[in-house]
Amino acid sequence: MSEPVIVARDLVKRYGEFAAVDGISFEVAPGESFGLLGPNGAGKSTTMRMVGAVSTRTAGQLSILGLDPDAFGPEIRSQLGVVPQADNLDTELRVRENLLVYGRYFGLPAKLVAKRADELLAFAQLEDKGRAKVDSLSGGMKRRLTIARALINDPRVLLLDEPTTGLDPQARHILWDRLFRLKEQGTTLLLTTHYMDEAEQLCDRLVVVDKGTIMAEGTPAELIRRYSSREVLEVRFGSDRNSEVAERLTGIGERMEVLPDRILVYSDDGEAELVKITEAGFHPITSLVRRSSLEDVFLRLTGRTLIE
Amino acid sequence: MSQGLSTETGSDTTRAIAAGRKPRRWGAWYVALHRFRVMKSYTGTVVVAGIGNPLIYLYALGVGLATIVDAGTDGQAVEGVSYLVFVAPALLASAGITVSSEEFTYPIMLGYKWNPTFTGMSASPLRPTQIADGIVISVAVRMLVNLVLFFALILVFGAAPSPVAFLMIIAGLLGGLAFGTVLMAYTSTLEEDTGQLAMVMRFVVLPMTLFSGTFFPLSTFPIWLQWIGWISPLWHSTELARVFSYGYPEPIWLTVLHVVYLVVLTLVGWAWARRIAVRRLGR
Repeated sequence: MSEPVIVARDLVKRYGEFAAVDGISFEVAPGESFGLLGPNGAGKSTTMRMVGAVSTRTAGQLSILGLDPDAFGPEIRSQLGVVPQADNLDTELRVRENLLVYGRYFGLPAKLVAKRADELLAFAQLEDKGRAKVDSLSGGMKRRLTIARALINDPRVLLLDEPTTGLDPQARHILWDRLFRLKEQGTTLLLTTHYMDEAEQLCDRLVVVDKGTIMAEGTPAELIRRYSSREVLEVRFGSDRNSEVAERLTGIGERMEVLPDRILVYSDDGEAELVKITEAGFHPITSLVRRSSLEDVFLRLTGRTLIE
Repeated sequence: MSQGLSTETGSDTTRAIAAGRKPRRWGAWYVALHRFRVMKSYTGTVVVAGIGNPLIYLYALGVGLATIVDAGTDGQAVEGVSYLVFVAPALLASAGITVSSEEFTYPIMLGYKWNPTFTGMSASPLRPTQIADGIVISVAVRMLVNLVLFFALILVFGAAPSPVAFLMIIAGLLGGLAFGTVLMAYTSTLEEDTGQLAMVMRFVVLPMTLFSGTFFPLSTFPIWLQWIGWISPLWHSTELARVFSYGYPEPIWLTVLHVVYLVVLTLVGWAWARRIAVRRLGR
């Protein structure tokens, strides 16, 4: 097994008294797709900026491609592709020009950059938009252009901070497809997300982050197995009755979570639990049996939902 | 190759070290190239303003206003020269300040905040100091273009008698950068523009133009107002430009002082802007 591309040990970032990242440790192997899952403000973006050799750490160890970002910032960044949370394409330039100027930052020859720019426009399905103004692109197209820009230096590692936030479902799927292709080509991906479906789609392994610390680590399937059940039964009795009914539902499922709008019953057989509930004389307004997801893992670990 | 690393990471490390070399050396220039490309999208404005403004000012002041000022003075209206010759170097120096107040304000706000291209740059191998340097370099080049155009028009008006008059371009450049780098540093500190930049235009740039011996000699003012001129980079560049343009008589130490003051201010502002870039982009 080859050496990890990213090694973080007890990584800390403090702003004054506030610790945005409070002792995070993880390793990412070459070609792996690694995710940081957590709610907004968990410290994911700050971690990404430290790994991106932009933000300096307050404490802890960090090594990217075997180099310390404090001393080798430009060297590390030369091997990274960064897709930030907020698009920062240059709106004063046209689509293709954005790739051209960015490629030059890496000291790459203009000819090579031009060739790659055309290939990447095709990859991002923007070949006919090369001369368009950036502001005329849709949100999904801008994200794809940002990804194309991040690939202009043929990076070893691609950092993606909330890559699909704010996109409609179709645009998300197009983007996931592109990222999946990169993954297949062996690009190491490090991504943050607060969408569990995204984490499940893209991550080989992930850490659940909350309040600057890691709550759990594993593959999506492992985490679900460890912290949740195979199935989840969701029942609704109306907002004012949920907690009242929950108190009287005893011996149902392995575990129960009462949310304001619904009750979650964790069990390997959701249908069977529903039968038990109705036999006990309770009749939910709606019921739904689904597979467990990372959302349930997060709820279990933190007592909160991911998107509040 | 570094020891103790497996071949794969080792080769990645080597690749990274090699790839860092060019950006470390040329990063500022890459930023400047980016800025040139952006400026190209408003070349029209740069050229039209670069020719139009001097034309309007030289004509209105040097020809229009001059008919009143010069009347009955036998072409020696101000300090022994015609008003046109007196005012032309000052107008050129002001043009440097105008470029500065355009390029070191909103484009800086844009880069840090409104369309955070600086954040994008800082994710690449470029260092924050190189981003600041690249901006300064690109604006200096644009300023030089404007000043050369301006000087050419002054020649057309026959308003630069000295054979070394072309040196006033350097005076204008120094003045523009001295004011500009400080302005850039100030703009870089702004998290938000709640009218500060408009205030700078109204209460710094405009008064500076009026109190820097631009339209009439600073000595016209009472002594307690003249300090505004002494600290004003525009006054120093104007006086310097006059020395070059028509051999304006002043002690040599004062000429040296103009140069030193402008160079020091440029360097201080530049260093300050770099520091803020490091702090702001590395958060």
